[in-house]
Amino acid sequence: MTPLDPPADKKLTRKDFVSDQEVRWCPGCGDYAILAAIQRALPDMGVTREKTVFISGIGCSSRFPYYMNTYGFHTIHGRAPALATGLKLANPELDVWIITGDGDGLSIGGNHLMHILRRNVDVQLMLFNNRIYGLTKGQYSPTSLLGQRSPSTPMGSLDSPINPTLFALGAGARFVARGIDTSTKTLGVVLSEARKHKGASFVEILQNCPVFNDGTWEGVTAKQVASDTQMWVEHGKPLLFGKDKNKGLRVLAGGRGVEVVTVGEGGVPESEVTVHDETNRPLAFLLAQLQVPQMPMAFGVLYRDPAPVSYGDAVAAQNAQAIEKNGEGDINALLRSGHTWTVK
Amino acid sequence: MDTPVSESADGREILESVVIRFAGDSGDGMQLAGTQFTQATAVAGNDLATFPDFPAEIRAPAGTTFGVSGFQIHFASHDVLTPGDAPDVLVAMNPAALKVNIADVPRGGLIIINTGAFNKANLKKAGYDRDPLEDDTLAPYRVLKIDISKLTTAAVKPFNLGSKAALRTKNLWTLGLLYWMFDRDRSPTVEWLRTKFAKKPDVAEANIAALNAGHIYGETAEMPQGVGTYKVPKAVLPPGTYRNVTGNEALAWGLAAGGRLAGLPVLFGSYPITPASSVLHALAKLKHFGVTTFQAEDEIAAVCSAVGASFGGSLGATSTSGPGMALKGEAIGLAIITELPLVIFDIQRAGPSTGMPTKTEQSDLFQAIWGRNGDAPLCVLAPATPGECFHYSIQAVRLATTYMTPVIVLSDGFIANGAAPWKVPDFDELPRFEVKFHQDTEGFHPYKRDPQTLARVWAKPGTPGLEHRIGGLEKHYDSGNISYDPDNHHKMTKVRAQKIQNIAQDLPEQTVDLGPDTGDLAVVSWGSTYGSVNQAVSRARAEGRKVSHIHVRQMWPLPRNLKALLSRFEKILVPELNNGQLVRVLRAEYLVPAEPLDKIAGQPFKVAEVLDGIRAHLDT
Repeated sequence: MTPLDPPADKKLTRKDFVSDQEVRWCPGCGDYAILAAIQRALPDMGVTREKTVFISGIGCSSRFPYYMNTYGFHTIHGRAPALATGLKLANPELDVWIITGDGDGLSIGGNHLMHILRRNVDVQLMLFNNRIYGLTKGQYSPTSLLGQRSPSTPMGSLDSPINPTLFALGAGARFVARGIDTSTKTLGVVLSEARKHKGASFVEILQNCPVFNDGTWEGVTAKQVASDTQMWVEHGKPLLFGKDKNKGLRVLAGGRGVEVVTVGEGGVPESEVTVHDETNRPLAFLLAQLQVPQMPMAFGVLYRDPAPVSYGDAVAAQNAQAIEKNGEGDINALLRSGHTWTVK
Repeated sequence: MDTPVSESADGREILESVVIRFAGDSGDGMQLAGTQFTQATAVAGNDLATFPDFPAEIRAPAGTTFGVSGFQIHFASHDVLTPGDAPDVLVAMNPAALKVNIADVPRGGLIIINTGAFNKANLKKAGYDRDPLEDDTLAPYRVLKIDISKLTTAAVKPFNLGSKAALRTKNLWTLGLLYWMFDRDRSPTVEWLRTKFAKKPDVAEANIAALNAGHIYGETAEMPQGVGTYKVPKAVLPPGTYRNVTGNEALAWGLAAGGRLAGLPVLFGSYPITPASSVLHALAKLKHFGVTTFQAEDEIAAVCSAVGASFGGSLGATSTSGPGMALKGEAIGLAIITELPLVIFDIQRAGPSTGMPTKTEQSDLFQAIWGRNGDAPLCVLAPATPGECFHYSIQAVRLATTYMTPVIVLSDGFIANGAAPWKVPDFDELPRFEVKFHQDTEGFHPYKRDPQTLARVWAKPGTPGLEHRIGGLEKHYDSGNISYDPDNHHKMTKVRAQKIQNIAQDLPEQTVDLGPDTGDLAVVSWGSTYGSVNQAVSRARAEGRKVSHIHVRQMWPLPRNLKALLSRFEKILVPELNNGQLVRVLRAEYLVPAEPLDKIAGQPFKVAEVLDGIRAHLDT
């Protein structure tokens, strides 16, 4: 259940969500921008501090809860989704945010990430993807590119990287979005949409690690290329990008792929550009796979198709059904169920 | 079977106690026959103990020795503490069952054989070169040879079940014969069959026909010499309502009861593992008791969901066996450093690694007490019987919530599956221990402690003004913020340890289970070995030896008077189903000359084995 509290006496501000703890990420870390984005966005979501919980695993990003003046639990490596599932079942009123990274969420915690998504537990997951292990000083991660040199791969990584957004779709997530650390405004919007979604919402956030993997997303995020490399999608609108929105994406016949088309003069009319449909799962798969430099990368809400009920609601309904059928459990009756006999 | 003491009015030989072992192929329904015989025996008023012993394979290849499934029941007109060392009656449904079990039957014991299964193929699979029915293999025993397969098939013929399904009712035929032999009422089994097969009345009636046919066979057929009918008089038990209970059922019911007494909803996160799964099955049926069950994706997620629930103000609990405990270690450590309540049932099995999943062992004691990284103390309890599992489950909830700590309840495969009559307690008479969540915002921080117990406050998310962050990093004693201060870590480690030691003040002193509190030898046991050790000490005392039995149920912290108590004995012997774990704990903690008596066979102790150990230890 997503709590919608009545507005408090005074509207909360960013400051209300800043804890008294000194932030200890490296200077220039993308995490600062993400922290600021959520602290700015939360007041507009109408949340209360006491019903908000941030849960993390282990890694640089997982320090996040200490900096939020809400409830928080900094747990163990990869397991935040499992703890969050228990917390949400125990107290469905809470608004639970999971903070994870590419290592925490997709390596050691890949299993839990898959299961919280397929179960559709009503939480928001923010996966900070910097394509490196920061806290352990620079080893390659499951999203590192093939050939990534790191202390553990001096001759280059041999592992094919995983695409987090594609993973989430494959696991059955019903809200999948992508944002960028420093694009704080759009990130705030994406996070706000994620919170509105009833069920598990997955947001991949491209994040820069200035110490161990500086500029890993430069080809996507740099100002001079951004308009050609970032395609921000919006439900019901054509898939356009480029400086003058003069490029578009067209799904090939039969959905076997996509192509970039020039729109307008010398190209095709805008009507031939594919219109984004958040509820179209095959389209979401196509969008999630787009990689620079061949294609623009897709951002915003790629997929949103809420299930009738979230996992927590379904569990609560079953519990209620059991009470309706059997009445409140009576321990003495339970202990005396089945064969008993009396000794006088 | 004891020597008959007399004859009953209806001409039955009266016996004080009997041990029966049902043995057959995994698919022969021996566990079902054993369970039904157990119910009928309980209703007949005998005290009893059972020992189901089955292979790990769900359907092992038919006819093989490793596919043999056994169920032993010991019932008597006196107190029964163990399932019995040796069967007085062996039911062997096929050659493999005979091969595996014959060595355990004492000379003169009764062996009931289904000759219908003694064909060439089955004999070969069991490893018999010659038919044991034809040579002198069975000479030392009383033998009842019946073609149960054929008689069963004939009995259920009117139901047109098909030959395979017809043959499947032969366990009921055999049960009928034993009901005749031991004067058992058939009606509860008939009732049970009609309920179980409510949707297949044909199958129910066929099984009932087989049960009756076996009984009638006993009434009418001429029995060989030495085979008669018997009666075991009712046992004298304290007055009250009784039922049979297995350890895993009792743990599950205790957890539901504990949640009630604490005033908390329960979140039980678990992952299937032998022999713990039936705890999850039992709790999944108790949703209307404020219990939410969650079958997680793995052992780690199971315990983590419980920790998350406890953070949220529910009682988080989980169950597992040895391999799962190993996986849960890190998350248990998280609950220790964040000081959250957590109840963990560890139903031990033979290890290491996968080991022998369906066989019992007591080899997780070290893992329970010490099996985590860092100095990570918690509380460990070990019930001795299936019935005690109920009370220790409640105790675990009380201690976990009072001291804000994980509590492990160590059971094992023997307690988990074995049944014993249990005097059902009155829930309304059990003391409540309602949890009070912290509410006061004044000077709040999450590691504020109760000066008496040293437990930290439990502030529930959702409470305005108490927003706080906890986690696996070391926290400062005075603020609850992250701290790397060297002195603070030393202090916090000591505080966590002291908090657990304080639990010893909250629990009763160790008592002596049998014998005086001083003497030549203290036999110190724990967990499921209670019955055999108690019997062995009793017999040793009857021989005039100055032996006492001390059964420890509070494994950590150890009972506060245990050291002083042990110091009053010349020698200490510690029988355990492992390679020496409690014995090492006692030596390490108390510097006492405790010596091990180990059995590591995946089987419980026989009374004779412990008695031999006592004699040997005293005579050296």
